[in-house]
Amino acid sequence: MADAISLQSSRSRDLDKLLLRPGHLVGPSFEPGTELRDDLQQYVRILVVGAGGLGCELLKDLALSGFRNLEVIDMDRIEVSNLNRQFLFRLEDVGKPKAEVAAKRVMERVSGVNIVPHFCRIEDKELEFYSEFSIIVLGLDSIEARKYDSDDNPQEHTMKPMVDGGTEGFKGHARVILPGITPCFECTIWLFPPQVKFPLCTLAETPRTAAHCIEYAHLIKWDEVHSGKSFDPDNPEHMQWVYLEAAKRAELFGIPGVTYSLTQGVVKNIIPAIASTNAIISAACALETLKIASGCSKTLSNYLTYNGVEGLHTKVTEFVKDKDCLVCGPGILIELDTSVTLKMFIDLVEDHPKLLISGASVTHRGKNLYMQAPPVLEEMTRSNLSLPLFELMDKFPKGIVHVTGMAGKGDKRQSCLRKLRVAFKGVDGIMDTDMAGGAIQGAFGRRTGWNTDE
Amino acid sequence: MAEPKTKYDRQLRIWGEQGQTALEKASICLLNCGPTGSETLKNLVLGGIGSITVVDGSKVENGDLGNNFMVSESSLGQPKAKCVCAFLQELNDAVKAKFIEEHPVTLIETNPSFFSQFTLVVATQLVEDSMVKLDRICRDANVMLLFARSYGLSGFVRISVKEHAVIESKPDHFLDDLRLNNPWPELKEFTENIDLDTSDPVAHKHTPYILILVKMAKEWAKGHSGKLPSTREEKKEFKELIKSKTIATDEDNYKEAIEASFKVFAPQGISSDLTRILDDTCSEVESGSSDFWVMVAALKEFIANEGGGEAPLEGSIPDMTSSTELYVNLQKLYQAKAEADFLVVEQRVRDILKKIGRDPYSISKAVIKSFCKNARKLTVCRYKLIEEEFNSPILPEMQKYLTDEEYSVAVGFYILLRAVDRFSANYNTFPGQFDGAMDEDISRLKTTAVSLLSDLGCNGSTLTEDLINEMCRYGAAELHAVAAYIGGVASQEVIKLITRQFVPMRGTFIFNGIDHKSQLLSL
Repeated sequence: MADAISLQSSRSRDLDKLLLRPGHLVGPSFEPGTELRDDLQQYVRILVVGAGGLGCELLKDLALSGFRNLEVIDMDRIEVSNLNRQFLFRLEDVGKPKAEVAAKRVMERVSGVNIVPHFCRIEDKELEFYSEFSIIVLGLDSIEARKYDSDDNPQEHTMKPMVDGGTEGFKGHARVILPGITPCFECTIWLFPPQVKFPLCTLAETPRTAAHCIEYAHLIKWDEVHSGKSFDPDNPEHMQWVYLEAAKRAELFGIPGVTYSLTQGVVKNIIPAIASTNAIISAACALETLKIASGCSKTLSNYLTYNGVEGLHTKVTEFVKDKDCLVCGPGILIELDTSVTLKMFIDLVEDHPKLLISGASVTHRGKNLYMQAPPVLEEMTRSNLSLPLFELMDKFPKGIVHVTGMAGKGDKRQSCLRKLRVAFKGVDGIMDTDMAGGAIQGAFGRRTGWNTDE
Repeated sequence: MAEPKTKYDRQLRIWGEQGQTALEKASICLLNCGPTGSETLKNLVLGGIGSITVVDGSKVENGDLGNNFMVSESSLGQPKAKCVCAFLQELNDAVKAKFIEEHPVTLIETNPSFFSQFTLVVATQLVEDSMVKLDRICRDANVMLLFARSYGLSGFVRISVKEHAVIESKPDHFLDDLRLNNPWPELKEFTENIDLDTSDPVAHKHTPYILILVKMAKEWAKGHSGKLPSTREEKKEFKELIKSKTIATDEDNYKEAIEASFKVFAPQGISSDLTRILDDTCSEVESGSSDFWVMVAALKEFIANEGGGEAPLEGSIPDMTSSTELYVNLQKLYQAKAEADFLVVEQRVRDILKKIGRDPYSISKAVIKSFCKNARKLTVCRYKLIEEEFNSPILPEMQKYLTDEEYSVAVGFYILLRAVDRFSANYNTFPGQFDGAMDEDISRLKTTAVSLLSDLGCNGSTLTEDLINEMCRYGAAELHAVAAYIGGVASQEVIKLITRQFVPMRGTFIFNGIDHKSQLLSL
């Protein structure tokens, strides 16, 4: 009974049940005991990406799930419209960096937890920064893709387990990405359909809805009137101007429904967000993080959706890896003659139907073969263009080459990283079989739309 | 204070001013402020709920610091309700927050009338006996009730309200109300004046698909003794016919017409869901009927008379390729018909109110208008008393769950969550709550679960040893992440109940934290 009393009075009273006791429905690596609890506290380091609606919840949930070493990265400052759900922030915090305030508030309330804030963009950090964490949790509750502009060389690095959550209104998803086991972001990229854009001719000639009038004012009229001055969605005067122009146009065409609120919504692509859904999704992500780190239960395999619009629907889908995935798959095989120069190789890659990449830069084993930017690197590597790729790859018969550049067309263009397996004809050798390089960039490249809200 | 419109902007986009006003008028009572209850309230306070009353009789101890963010080291030894209430107040000064240091169980036993002052009671971490009593109290007082419980990696959420009628159910996907296969005279006439075979290519590619489809449906019916396409072959042929009318490859309106052709094939008249509501005995209204059912009675009359088998027209059309002029005129045409339908329904509502001896103007125009606009999406949710479910669940459903692999863990948790309460009633502790008696507790819990199953009439059904073990391992732990999940679900449902928008869950939600295959059980 003495044991029972000491357990009862311990701060880890509830968590201990899960971490100290053996079970049958647990992960394969589960070794219950105080050592496990101590390891979670001392050695496991978790990065939370985003300190918004999901990030605030995640930091709290993780701090109360036995983790003590947390870091959080977010480039945004607190806004009034965050306060309906980002519970770590108060009115007097408006204007301060989210990451810093969130870290401070959680540390104030949960003793023993250390949270390092990073008030910057994710691309401001070197890839090494990310490789130091045990698990990366993504809490970017906007799923709009933003260009991930990185001059980082694609490098081989140890892949990390990732947990990812997203919400919109009463709906959300949580997923687990385990390198080598589950699909990566790129494998299931179709889960994030591109944002619908109106054709310019509709905006200019046949507007029908309030949104058409707003986008006309925002995308066409603004530039006509303010030559050279770019539109700033965070400037209320700019927004007001767009609203008034949209209202004028709507009246001209007899179109109802233009309001200031709708103008903001359309221009900023605002995704409605509420505290309860963020809480559900973050909790699911935190629980999965605890399970991955400790093995105390099975893990989600591998994609959970939650929908509370009509009743309550949850669904677990086990997505499978895309064996031809350009990020986590083995890479596209390209066979070449040993005489092919780097320039010819780049042309070939840019014309490759599966790659559709432009402005390609090429690296091999971390070495820059040709870089389009910055100019100084371009100049340094330019002379390689006329050399045979075979020689640049140290005459290895086969190897992995990483190509970065822009993929997609028109508005959907974004930076991408592609892995290619290059094999030279008539030379024998052993295949270099690294796996899944660059999946982290893949993930971030697709999921950096967090400047809009979170 | 911040401009509330800005602060609440992201949620106003979901439930609008009306929903927000409903939240701001609501008063919520929370029973037990462990992490499950505290997290539920946190989400409601952030959204601007009117008032909260936190009821808990315990003092903050060390263990609470490990699972509840609303208490901190300085709270040790203090009333938990007071500490949680203070933190919640910090989140939103527009909310009236108060606390009562009292054990909920005592309150249920000694002061049942206490609960009648609230809009809704959130009861967390209660055992079966108290749940049953509280349920009866709230049902009699006409107070909405929601139960939530976190238990290890399992938990549940259950709503208990006699009846919850939703006008603005706002489904994600719902067939537009375009009447392409059953146009009213003005739409027919409007279509007559349009020449699909216009030689002007600009006009041709800017004819909205509504007009194309109404015309084509008419043309088809003419050649098929008045019938619309019904077989797969006919539907295909109909689409080919539309395709044959295109004169250029870039005619998006014709592409849209082909994609929307299923709207022509859709059955006329009202759905079986709506029929069920119209046929409900509540639609036989008398003086005590709710406004909702009075409007249903009027709707029923409308459908049988002026509506000609159809509900009032919704009055909005989706965006589609079109010239501005045709689109705007079509929009006006649909709105005018919706307005006309509304006026008829309104008159019928007033007449019915008069007939049952009520003030004919006691239901506002705005409410009737919203009712008409959403007539096809009306939803009624009813919830059994929890005692009824506990004593006589729907057996065939129970048996189905017990044998369905998708449900096996969820229904196992359902049984075990009840079994642990029986266990605690017998042994004054939850199974596995203390170390040292695990083996004994496992076998006792197994016996308890088996006898519970047989009491429910599921003789011969068993639960897996693994799950029984697992439940003992949990030892009634309230893990923060699980509590935050359950609290999140509970608060989402509370919002739906109070705003009367969207559809609350029906049945009992069983959380499965092992692999997230959670389920709703309708028992």
